[in-house]
Amino acid sequence: MTEFLQTGLTAHYNYWIYIILMLIGLWAMMAKVNLIKKIIGMNIFQTAIILFYVSIGAKKGGTIPILEHAPGHGHEYIMDAALYINPLPHVLMLTAIVVSVATLGVALALALKTYREHKTLDEDEILSHLSE
Amino acid sequence: MTDQYPSLILIAPLLFALFVFISSWFSRKPAFIMTAIALGLSSASAVGLLAQIMANGPLSYRIGGWAPPMGIEYYVDHLNALVLVVVSCLAFWNLIATRPDIERSYGDKAPIFYTLYLLSVAGHLGIVVTGDAFNLYVLLEIAALSGYALLAMGNARAHLSTLRYLFMGTVGASFYLLGVGYMYIMTGSLNMLDLARLLPPLYESPAIAAAFGLVLVGIFIKMAFFPLHAWLPNAYSDANSPASSLIAPMTTKVMVYAMIRICLTVFTPALAFKSVWFSNGMVWAAVVAMVMGALFALTQKDMKKMLTYVLISEVGYMVGGFWLGNRLGMTGSILHIVNDAVMTLCVFLCVGCITFRTGSTQFESLKGLSRKQPYTMAALVLGGLAMIGVPPTCGFYSKWYLILGGLDAGHYEFVAALVFSSLINIVLFFRIFEIAFFEPYGDMHGDHYHGPPHEKIQDAPWSMVLPLLVVAVGLIVLGLYSGSIVTNIIDFAIPATII
Amino acid sequence: MKKLAFVTILLLGIVLMAITADFPRWGDPLSPASTYLSPHFIEKTMEETSVPNIVTAVLGDYRGYDTMFETTVVFCAGAACFFILGSFGREEDDKIRYFRHRDTGVVLKVQPHGTRPSSRADFERIDPTWTPYDFIISRVAGLMIPFIQLFGLYVVAHGHHSPGGGFQGGVILAASFLLLALSHNMRTLSARISNKVLGLMSASGVLIYAGWGALALAFGGNFLDYSVLGVLLGLDPIAARSMGIMIVEIGVALTVMSTMIIIYNNVASLGAYDEGL
Repeated sequence: MTEFLQTGLTAHYNYWIYIILMLIGLWAMMAKVNLIKKIIGMNIFQTAIILFYVSIGAKKGGTIPILEHAPGHGHEYIMDAALYINPLPHVLMLTAIVVSVATLGVALALALKTYREHKTLDEDEILSHLSE
Repeated sequence: MTDQYPSLILIAPLLFALFVFISSWFSRKPAFIMTAIALGLSSASAVGLLAQIMANGPLSYRIGGWAPPMGIEYYVDHLNALVLVVVSCLAFWNLIATRPDIERSYGDKAPIFYTLYLLSVAGHLGIVVTGDAFNLYVLLEIAALSGYALLAMGNARAHLSTLRYLFMGTVGASFYLLGVGYMYIMTGSLNMLDLARLLPPLYESPAIAAAFGLVLVGIFIKMAFFPLHAWLPNAYSDANSPASSLIAPMTTKVMVYAMIRICLTVFTPALAFKSVWFSNGMVWAAVVAMVMGALFALTQKDMKKMLTYVLISEVGYMVGGFWLGNRLGMTGSILHIVNDAVMTLCVFLCVGCITFRTGSTQFESLKGLSRKQPYTMAALVLGGLAMIGVPPTCGFYSKWYLILGGLDAGHYEFVAALVFSSLINIVLFFRIFEIAFFEPYGDMHGDHYHGPPHEKIQDAPWSMVLPLLVVAVGLIVLGLYSGSIVTNIIDFAIPATII
Repeated sequence: MKKLAFVTILLLGIVLMAITADFPRWGDPLSPASTYLSPHFIEKTMEETSVPNIVTAVLGDYRGYDTMFETTVVFCAGAACFFILGSFGREEDDKIRYFRHRDTGVVLKVQPHGTRPSSRADFERIDPTWTPYDFIISRVAGLMIPFIQLFGLYVVAHGHHSPGGGFQGGVILAASFLLLALSHNMRTLSARISNKVLGLMSASGVLIYAGWGALALAFGGNFLDYSVLGVLLGLDPIAARSMGIMIVEIGVALTVMSTMIIIYNNVASLGAYDEGL
């Protein structure tokens, strides 16, 4: 039991949390009928993936990846790789966050246009309007 | 300058998209010329790159001067170069052929349409040329976002159809991103060739198998592989014709290319075909896609929607051909990417010409249309014959390779499904030919027909019909040159380990 | 349908959670991701690009191609919102318009094709749903906006030495303009910065980025190779990389700022560019 807690739970619980978040987002996209709730679900889903990537870059005992000045030497920087967390996932996720915001903007524009035509945001109602 | 071809292919549409947008706030006139110049430059660079690759072999281009895997690189070999030529020339020709339709459908906002058009083409070209897995995600999103905007304008249903496409497309791209994340957490690299080097010791690990599955599911959603295809028929048929005749031939083929690239280069055939039940299962899934696509197409009453279901069936051909695992099947699959792009362009341009004059592609509106629009119908006949697979059109040759590959691998269900869907295609297209050529045209009293009275219909303007006829003749020319395409390009694209 | 979705998601979740056993430990300094590429980035950034903020160096230089397309995605989203919802705004003359005299509060109703008041400074255009601006909110916001913009410019400029950069600074700058739109009126924002200027700025931002990278082609380097442009700036290759990152960050900030405002304009007013929220 303690072995499971040490190597299983504490080592991987962050991944479990992100998977649960991702599935909540995916569930919202599939099961909800209100268009705005689907859009929010999409946002949750993408955010969970972003969190997963960022957690890849964590390093025990590391600080943020901006080179610090060496104490007493002024212009020298401390460049030991073990002291800084991994910068690459943060860079990748800057891109992913921007992409998710852009998709959110376009999705909202489309949802608004749909609302203007059908006067409702309920997907079932819209489909029944269209099939008449 | 010639060694900068890989970047020129992308820079031209990107920079000109910005110029077109800037000029749109001052005047509507220069937008078309600038777009045509950009796509012409891009196509010329793609052809030049193909010639270079055929002479010298694969090349690697470093962006920013950084060596991979620190920086991003383009990796261009025969497969890339071929698909680049197809995509850029297709986009250029579609622009020329649909200009009157664009000006009429979008009016004041036509320059914004050209901007999004160029961005979409840039995104798809980038997907084809890149050699970095995360870069592929970013370009996938550009292609997707501009595609959503292009497809959002159409008939009354277009906004909802595009919103549903947006949801499914985002899920697909996010699954792909998650798969790349799994690969990154296990190896620490994002470059495709680097991953191919680092992955072999990890083939037994479940995380890599999960990465493979997630990446493939993401790409399948984006290429509308049955049963993940639900977004495609509505999104493509509700959009305006110029947008659908760009996106329909381009997006699904580029996604098929992405699948081939991931399976051949990143997860080498050693992993992709390691599990026999997986590749057999994929062939069966492709069989289901082919059959269901054909059957759904039979039930449609609108030609444009019927063609989108035929498109779903064609995706099944390409995926199934690849997963047969032998050289003949993969040759057929890659040749079908080229052929299907041109065939789809031809039939969707025909749809564009018909809707330009009559406003509808319902079967009732097509009655006797051949007397009024002879050239469009002639091109449709050629396109239909190509889709059925009649020699000497190009469709026959790719199907021939696929059949040979299926027989060689012992997948008789694949051959049977191919023959079955070809027969259904015969029924589909000959039904349309019968309605257009042999039905007498009467008064159009149907509820859905809102177009001009039949006497006033004429063929689409020459600026639309002439390019269409060039594409239709191109189907035959492409068919006659299939042999040389296979021996000079496709044979080198498939790794030597595949027999 | 809901049940099928629930079952699929549950199965997917169980499979994914079972696979996490294979992942490296959270925070493990010896994991493949932490030992393969990142030591090169951490140790060599200073000598190859002379930028202490490693994230900015990787974002702007090593993986600058991704960032260029990210900026294009932002631009594309703005263009898409404009395409779907908006219009170029050459308004027809056939509606009733209301003008309010600022000092006295008198409202004029101008019939279609009638003569409008000539002095923009004395009269402002309003809509039937107009309510007076709340005094406290509009004044306090007006005081805060310049400081927010100053901070935004600071974040853009200090991307090399502290967390920041083009995206972050651009969003802060956009927020300052949106504060004006929310505390006053969208028409006030449009009077300050019109749709045309916003469109031109968003395209110019990407043009700065892509153009700077394409300029490198003319000087013999590959695309986005900033070091060959040192000749243009009078710097050695390493410092030219640092300056190149700065220039492209400015382009990014321009695009992000104007696109956020464009998206707000189109979405909040449904393309009519009137009162807004």
